[in-house]
Amino acid sequence: MSNPLAKTTQSCSLGSALKNGGPLIWLSCLIMGLGNMVCGQLIKGILFLAIEAGVFCFLLSPGGGLYWISMLPSLGWREQQKVWNEEKFVYEYVAGDQSQLILLYGIASLCIIALLILVWRASVRSGYQAMCLKKSGRPVPGIVDDIKSLFDENIHKLLMALPTVCLAIFTILPLIYMMSMAFTNYSKEGDHLVLFDWVGLSNFFAIFDSGSVIGKQFGSVLVWTLVWAFFATFLNFFLGTFMAIIINRPSIRLKGLWRGCLSMTIAVPQFVSLLVMRSMLQPTGIINQMLMDASLIRGDMPLPFLTNATWARVLVIVVNLWVGIPYTIMQVTGVLQNIPAEQYESAKIDGAGVVKQFLHITMPYMLFVLTPYLITQFTGNINNFNVIYLLTRGEPLRVGNSAGDTDLLVTWLYKLSVDQQKYNLAAVIGIFTFVVLAVVSLVTYRSTGSYKDEEGFR
Amino acid sequence: MAKKQSHSMRKKRLAGDIVTYVFLVLVSIIWLIPFFWLIMQSFRDGKGQFISTFLPEKYTFNNYKALFTEFNVMNFPRMFLNTLFVASCTCVISTFFVLSVSYCTSRLKWKLRKPYMNMAMILNLFPGFMSMVAVYFILKALGMTEGKMIPWALIIVFSAGAGSNFYVMKGYMDTIPKALDEAAALDGCTRWQIFTKITLPLSKPMIVYQIITSFMGPWVDFVFAKVIVRTEAKYFTVSIGLWSMLEKEYVDTWFVRFCAGAVLVSIPVAILFIITQKFYQEAMSGSVKG
Repeated sequence: MSNPLAKTTQSCSLGSALKNGGPLIWLSCLIMGLGNMVCGQLIKGILFLAIEAGVFCFLLSPGGGLYWISMLPSLGWREQQKVWNEEKFVYEYVAGDQSQLILLYGIASLCIIALLILVWRASVRSGYQAMCLKKSGRPVPGIVDDIKSLFDENIHKLLMALPTVCLAIFTILPLIYMMSMAFTNYSKEGDHLVLFDWVGLSNFFAIFDSGSVIGKQFGSVLVWTLVWAFFATFLNFFLGTFMAIIINRPSIRLKGLWRGCLSMTIAVPQFVSLLVMRSMLQPTGIINQMLMDASLIRGDMPLPFLTNATWARVLVIVVNLWVGIPYTIMQVTGVLQNIPAEQYESAKIDGAGVVKQFLHITMPYMLFVLTPYLITQFTGNINNFNVIYLLTRGEPLRVGNSAGDTDLLVTWLYKLSVDQQKYNLAAVIGIFTFVVLAVVSLVTYRSTGSYKDEEGFR
Repeated sequence: MAKKQSHSMRKKRLAGDIVTYVFLVLVSIIWLIPFFWLIMQSFRDGKGQFISTFLPEKYTFNNYKALFTEFNVMNFPRMFLNTLFVASCTCVISTFFVLSVSYCTSRLKWKLRKPYMNMAMILNLFPGFMSMVAVYFILKALGMTEGKMIPWALIIVFSAGAGSNFYVMKGYMDTIPKALDEAAALDGCTRWQIFTKITLPLSKPMIVYQIITSFMGPWVDFVFAKVIVRTEAKYFTVSIGLWSMLEKEYVDTWFVRFCAGAVLVSIPVAILFIITQKFYQEAMSGSVKG
């Protein structure tokens, strides 16, 4: 029996269209939509033609797409100039090139050309299809049929169109744009904010050269990022599991209340809870005050929570526990209840104590089930902007460095681009962060069950 | 002998319970103290960020009142309305995006399905801030970074990426039996009808979860908003507003008001969060029961 959902229209490849299409199809390679128009799909053909005309207008008009693409290799060279206007007896400013705009418009134009090629391919194929249908005497679907099909067998085209377009303009295009900045000298350094040039791989060399100033910082930030991600992930996991097990003890009552109290750190926005923490931990903040009042520390020597590198590093990990443990509890509670009870019973009969049960039954089971969760947590922590930026702002900062002692790669990236305007270095760091994350997660995600056997439980 | 053993075991368990309760109470106190302090500070009469006592010496309601009466530096009600507007639009658009994409990736077979899913996953791996500056330039090129267009720019920024955050929803739709779709198709339903009349109603708990989560986005994010809004105080969202109350030039007068504002923002967000948890758990228990 055939699957009732398999109603897709048969389509043909571009190759066969070009091979078997004959003069009409070859001509419609130049005039998009001609094939459709001749074969009775007038509106569809006109739409294709309109797209072609529109794109060519955009590309060929003065100051249009081709101009920006032609400027891409040089990224512009004309500086803003003052020109004496003979008639008006004034100096007039002549706008110079702006490399940043050239780069953006150039890349956007290239993307539009790529889109045109896709539409062109679709138009040739659709023209060929219409021609085949007409030749074989079957009815050619008109515009009404096409629109109807958008709500049925082609519904994915309708539903995916807007999200994909938005994704392309506001996620993919900016990413390509930022990545290409890694190969330029777009930076406040050397006054390259208006006009900049391609510099090849020299930014990469600068960052990976452990002898240079920026290279040394990169090394220490990278090490700290990994150390942070490791501790933040595993301490959260173990302590969170511990808390979840304690709350889960059969004799404990008011389980919801305890979980609710702990979940407050998730429910309240992080910029509130972490800014409050920051204020409490200042040298003159309330925690130091209380310790002084209790004569636990001397009045002139407050604990350097956020001002000493080691203190600050330990502190962000501890405060992250405050924010992160409730997440782990939420995740773990469900899993704990799924561990088969017989395992515990047989372990009890064999004389295993609570600790042994935990180490040999609970932990292995949890690690097995929650490995994907741990990996996403690890990558999430590498990208954990909020905790660091809101709590310490990456400080303490050593003189001459652009990265503070608690800065992660992402917070450093943020500072480099937004505060210091060294866009090229920021882009290199972004690419590097991405590569690390991509390798970690693609490898692990592909080996999880949910990817391999998506339909396993249908 | 046996009786004695069970007695000692009961004693042991009781001791364990007491230790656990004490531990839980201590942990809960540690967890809640910062919030308690925040609430107390919001009622403190006086200025400045640093005081010498844990509890305020004098209490007042003026900090809350000032937020709604003094508009010369920061206009808290307007920030609140700005955020409400941005959040409402964002949640409509991004819920629509997420539902469309997850329906297509979960229920339909099309050629670019796997490539699209892989692409979305790869995109999610890039640090979001990396493209932030570029997004600003693009919005500027579209003329959306000045004046009245700023809220729309924010809406775009918060909802445009929704097309790649569909994995939770897709995972949920995967649990709806395919037989339902097939039966409906045999009865002559178009896929649009299957989408609107079968898939969407069955996904209700997850849709509520999605709506609230995307509604909360603009309330809690401040990094993107800060880059887009910059210093245009008229279009501040609450998070940027609260953040700037702690800037050096304002912090002395505004710290206690920051506390009051933080309390006012946290309460609705926390309530919404609790609601999402309820729906999330409902969703996790499966789409079609029995």
